[in-house]
Amino acid sequence: MPDKTQMERLEAKVVDSAKTRQPLYAPRKKIFPKRASGSFRRFKWLVMAITLGIYYLTPWLRWDRGPFAPDQAVLIDLANRRFYFFFIEIWPQEFYYVAGLLVMAGIGLFLITSTVGRAWCGYICPQTVWVDLFVVVERAIEGDRNARIKLDAGPWTVRKLVLRLAKHAIWLVIAAATGCAWILYFADAPTLISEVFTGTTAPVAYVTIAVLTTTTYTFGGLMREQVCTYMCPWPRIQAVMLDENSLTVTYNDWRGEPRSRHAKKAHAAGQRVGDCIDCNACVAVCPMGIDIREGQQLECITCALCIDACDRVMDKLGKERGLISYATLFDYNANMTLATSGGSSSINPSLVRTAVGTFCDQVAYFHIRKIFRPRTYVYMGLWSLIGLGLLYSLLTRDRLELNVLHDRNPQFVTLSDGSIRNGYTVKLLNMIPEPRTIIVAMQGLQGAEMSVVGSDLPPDRFFGIAVEPDRLKMLKVFVRQPAGEVRHAAQTFKFRVEDKANFESDEYTATFNAPEIAR
Amino acid sequence: MSDEHIDEVSGISTTGHEWDGIRELNHPLPRWWVITFYITVGWAVAYTMAYPAWPMLYSATKGVLGYSSRNDVKNELAAAEAAKGKYAAAVESKSVAEITSDYALREFAVAAGGAAFKVNCTQCHGSGAEGSKGFPNLNDDDWLWGGTTEQIQQTIAHGIRFASDPDTRQSEMPAFGDVITADQIAQVSAYVASLSGKVRDASLIQPGARIFAENCVACHGDNAKGNRELGAPDLTDAIWLYGSGETAVAVQVRAPKHGVMPAWIGRLGETKVKELAVYVHSLGGGE
Repeated sequence: MPDKTQMERLEAKVVDSAKTRQPLYAPRKKIFPKRASGSFRRFKWLVMAITLGIYYLTPWLRWDRGPFAPDQAVLIDLANRRFYFFFIEIWPQEFYYVAGLLVMAGIGLFLITSTVGRAWCGYICPQTVWVDLFVVVERAIEGDRNARIKLDAGPWTVRKLVLRLAKHAIWLVIAAATGCAWILYFADAPTLISEVFTGTTAPVAYVTIAVLTTTTYTFGGLMREQVCTYMCPWPRIQAVMLDENSLTVTYNDWRGEPRSRHAKKAHAAGQRVGDCIDCNACVAVCPMGIDIREGQQLECITCALCIDACDRVMDKLGKERGLISYATLFDYNANMTLATSGGSSSINPSLVRTAVGTFCDQVAYFHIRKIFRPRTYVYMGLWSLIGLGLLYSLLTRDRLELNVLHDRNPQFVTLSDGSIRNGYTVKLLNMIPEPRTIIVAMQGLQGAEMSVVGSDLPPDRFFGIAVEPDRLKMLKVFVRQPAGEVRHAAQTFKFRVEDKANFESDEYTATFNAPEIAR
Repeated sequence: MSDEHIDEVSGISTTGHEWDGIRELNHPLPRWWVITFYITVGWAVAYTMAYPAWPMLYSATKGVLGYSSRNDVKNELAAAEAAKGKYAAAVESKSVAEITSDYALREFAVAAGGAAFKVNCTQCHGSGAEGSKGFPNLNDDDWLWGGTTEQIQQTIAHGIRFASDPDTRQSEMPAFGDVITADQIAQVSAYVASLSGKVRDASLIQPGARIFAENCVACHGDNAKGNRELGAPDLTDAIWLYGSGETAVAVQVRAPKHGVMPAWIGRLGETKVKELAVYVHSLGGGE
């Protein structure tokens, strides 16, 4: 028997010991954003009204295009593969305009982000706009922050039940309206909406409405800031577009710190006192539930509501606005250097002020010329270049097009009189919503004549072909050249289409094949 | 290690894991994320039970919904057949002339005939119906047995020199190697070649014409324009089934080749034959 005292003690650890267990999954912390008021809040109301107005009303705008095209100003006609945008009609092969617009949107986003930070997130992103709308409803029914906190913490009473039901019902109505508005872009709005309500439209329309209603209600009402923090890639991507000259919502701790709730007492005690009175107004209004005083952070959508909240407090205290402000990292660092004597001490807000209490001259402020720097010039240049290119292309694009496919099998046919025949599939694209008579003519190819399969017209060198409005007309054309006129095994000639009424034309250089022996 | 560890710099607790002195900060996932994850796991399990999924020894599990992509294909094919039904019925009941005069029906027949052509006819006539030596080009305007839709239909239905079909098109050019001399063959070949081109020795043409008048006009006609009743080719045009020129003609005079085309009516049925006739007629040479 081994001696117990001599037994080795092993340094083994249990991997799932209760002591080492920490929560890996955090419950969500509820946010009850307080109503802010001020210039940024007013700006956000304006942006919200405009963006929601555009979204809900656009499908109802009419635009007369004559009897052969729909009169909806903006319409994505998937069935007929057309996109209508006011005076512009886009065919599928012209989709590069949309691609160009997307590239412009991307570069525009770079430009905006590098100058005024995450303005997309804070003002125009649908998530932000719809959350704002949903919070308006919530506030109207349940009251502002304190009332909502109280209601949420309180027991389930009849009042709470009624308020909650009312809130969710209105949210659902908004969400359903959002879903309905979406599908209106894809069909004639007045017709479709009556079909939706009479239950006669296509199942896919109802499915789309259901999906968008669910996502709008879930993202706008229930998930809110969780979408931005955990689901959206933009916060990660946009962060890399910021540089030291980009405006971001900044807590100016060089004048705010050390913060104190009892400024006078601290001042009397001879302590340094900053402008921040630690009232937490900036935290209470934040829709993301963060504290901007901890610096730039991923969650901050730069909605600037904390600026509004803080400015009100500063006004009441009789201090300068801008304790929280849009500032660049460059200016912030300069002011921090000033307030810390070049980093040699902790923040001393008295260093940025003169003897009479105003900011001293060395304090740096944002100047509009900082927007114009090489980086933004490049973005602006690229953006305008693509924009002008698209515009030029749009203004000069053809509305009459010709596509020709040469028969390859057989490439040519020898006929009994020795003449050579080639076959072509000729496609005429009438891209305007009016019927047209298009002249199809051939140029070159000595002595040759063409005939249109299925028509009674005798062979000739040109034809007038009636093409339906906004349609493609496909013709099977045989071109026949007498034996004596064949010069080479491969001769080129031109198909030319012309609409004399609209001064439009197009050409296609085609090849005419013949056997070597026929030369 | 068993104690909770707080990172000194960030003040955030760590997960308790350590690799070479590097610790992982604990940024907890939101709980709804985890719940979503479990929902997707549940969904995945339910999905594999609802749909065919798990490979077994000989086949996969069938899934409780009874879904099968093979059935989907079957239904799609049935739907396509049903969509074609109206036209197919019309093709069946109408004559080729009626089919040709109806634009939509003609388009349908051309498409259907084209598909049938690819399967049944390209082996001899080529994928573009361009033919080759001994196999007629169907794109041109030269027809041995006639180029109207009805005549083409007749040819396709009963074939040419196809012994087992009593209605087949029948003719046979004798082997003149046994009937006339080699010199006479050279002469008549020169004459025939001269009808559509130049020959080496013009002195042969005159005697050749005489030999032609004696031996060939019965089928090919006085002016050598041929006879479609007999499938006798027009010898004055630019199209030659067995090659142009004196030599090629002489070979055919001495010991003619006779092409055979099967009768398709029994194999494809009348509707398909009609569609094929309309298709061939549409290739550009139809009369």
